[in-house]
Amino acid sequence: MVQMTYRDALRQALRDAMAEDDRVFVIGEEVGRYGGAYGVTKGLIEEFGSDRLMDTPISEAAIVGAAVGAAMAGLKPVAELMYVDFIGMTMDQLGNQAAKIRYMFGGQIGVPMVLRTQGGTGRSAGAQHSQSLEAYVLHTPGLRLAMPATVADAYHLLRGALRQPDPVVFIEHKALYTLKEEVDLSAPVPDWGKAAIRRKGDDLVIVTYSRQVHNALKAAEELAARGIEATVIDLRTLNPLDFDTIRAEVERVGRAMVVSEGVMTAGVAAELSARISEECFDFLHDPVVRVAGEDIPISVSVALEAASVPTTALVRETAERLVA
Amino acid sequence: MTQTAMQAAPEATPRPNSDLRALYTQMRRVRTFEERVGELFVRGQSAGSMLHLSIGEESAAVGVCAAMREGDTFTTHHRGHGIFLARGADPNRMMAEIGGKETGYCHGKGGSMHIADMGLGHLGANAIVGGGIPAVVGAGIASKRAGKGDISVAFFGDGAMQQGILYESMNMAALWDLPVLFVCINNQYGMGTRIDQATKGHELHLRARAFGLRGETVDGLDVTEVRETAQDLVDAARTGQPGFLAVDCYRFFGHARMDKSPYRKEEEEALGRQKDPVLHARAALIGAGVTEDELDGVDNDIAREMDAAIDFAVASQEPQLASMFRDVYGPDEPEPEPVRTRIDRVLARE
Repeated sequence: MVQMTYRDALRQALRDAMAEDDRVFVIGEEVGRYGGAYGVTKGLIEEFGSDRLMDTPISEAAIVGAAVGAAMAGLKPVAELMYVDFIGMTMDQLGNQAAKIRYMFGGQIGVPMVLRTQGGTGRSAGAQHSQSLEAYVLHTPGLRLAMPATVADAYHLLRGALRQPDPVVFIEHKALYTLKEEVDLSAPVPDWGKAAIRRKGDDLVIVTYSRQVHNALKAAEELAARGIEATVIDLRTLNPLDFDTIRAEVERVGRAMVVSEGVMTAGVAAELSARISEECFDFLHDPVVRVAGEDIPISVSVALEAASVPTTALVRETAERLVA
Repeated sequence: MTQTAMQAAPEATPRPNSDLRALYTQMRRVRTFEERVGELFVRGQSAGSMLHLSIGEESAAVGVCAAMREGDTFTTHHRGHGIFLARGADPNRMMAEIGGKETGYCHGKGGSMHIADMGLGHLGANAIVGGGIPAVVGAGIASKRAGKGDISVAFFGDGAMQQGILYESMNMAALWDLPVLFVCINNQYGMGTRIDQATKGHELHLRARAFGLRGETVDGLDVTEVRETAQDLVDAARTGQPGFLAVDCYRFFGHARMDKSPYRKEEEEALGRQKDPVLHARAALIGAGVTEDELDGVDNDIAREMDAAIDFAVASQEPQLASMFRDVYGPDEPEPEPVRTRIDRVLARE
């Protein structure tokens, strides 16, 4: 067992993948000399050189497009998008190129690349640096989507992403980089695409991912003190989606809520809620409830920012009312 | 499109306030404001740490803005405090916005990187590199139609020189003879990447010329030179000849407030900081017979003005939580429904 941060685990995953396979390289803004805007790639340029940590100009569309071409040409690129908010500038390369190449070309070739990025609130970074845009990705067939919540998952999911035959968008949470946990990197690697049940209870199921896993676990502890036991499912990857785990727990318990930092309308929580409602209908005692981000942009004001996304209090209160 | 719309434009803007003293005063205001923004952060009163200071770049903001006039519009990048101040912004409301307060220009929703004021022609600062550039093409179309001779100016950094949107925008501006000016404040760094690590083509103005724009590069050390070069381009833009101006300067400090710029050597910084447009203008004024005392008086007045801006920001209130749902859509439209209300309805079904 070793204590490390989410940031360190991501760096270790990149280091191990690069040491193992010289086709793996990192390309993006400030990934080399600077060490990444959030310090994830710090020091890797000294170990692997500037050919494998390629600092780019501020040209997001070309960064992603170059990764697509490199993947088609046999390399294993890890492109970095400094903020997920910049995904709009890359959306053609990601959505029209990376996601569709295998299918359009009749299965001749895939695009095994990873697009690492980070999103979410927590730094008063304003409307263009604080969003949770995973729904853009989930809405595009052909793209895989991983969103680690724990330090161990930061490592294992990134290693797993690099073993996929198809493009994986890997969204970290900016508020988790300093999260420190005990991890055993030699422990059996969890199956790619399998959700984790972080806590088991008989009163309701909370389905969530990324930073909201921690909010949900905290809420679950507070609920336990009031006699309510919640199951908390950390999805780990949203595509592939482990609906079997969700179904089994919801059918066992009979109540579900979905928690997501992304905006409520047409978001990830909407998809999960619809699917649980449709497929587990006969087992549900109550409607599925969504606790999600408000349908508004994120303000720079500390107070407004904090109120724009689910809080532990809102998760707990909603769960109490659902179970009551 | 024809040139008719532009014929009402004056031949050249008169040049009031072109004296160095006024330019010095504006530059000192920008520098002192930026220093106070740094203090606001240290005091824990800024909203976040994403504060990008323009210290060292004052001549670009002040020199170009002095060539503009009322009615002109502009957009800026994320390092745009100085430009907005030089276009007449109220430092109190700016500082309050940077503190995320209700009294700020955008009621605490925008912050340092998204400050705007339509009254002063500020179509908005931007946190996306290059994000504000194409808007001046549209504003240029509107100006051309209105025929009043107003122009629209895009301010951005050298980082944006490697964004495709700049080239799409310059091409359209040239194609349609728009009253538009593109101003690249070349402070040598896009975040931690020095410009020679981002491009091999350093004569930035030649790129604009390739699209049919007038293109110039000016040394930002001398604000008078910046102002004069800008004035020529601004006057040409008013007649439908779009232009591009690169102002060479040096970013004295890190990318944002937390960045201690470990990626560059202290000797380089020391050398770069010698290229100080504020001190250069001050020396020129003294050479022309202005006394140190007089200039100290100017500086002290500005220090008081900017101290008051901090006090105003600190004393201002946070926005009301209910304001969160305001302005997502137009003023007569319903506001988005809060998540809590939606949850209430779901749970009330029982």
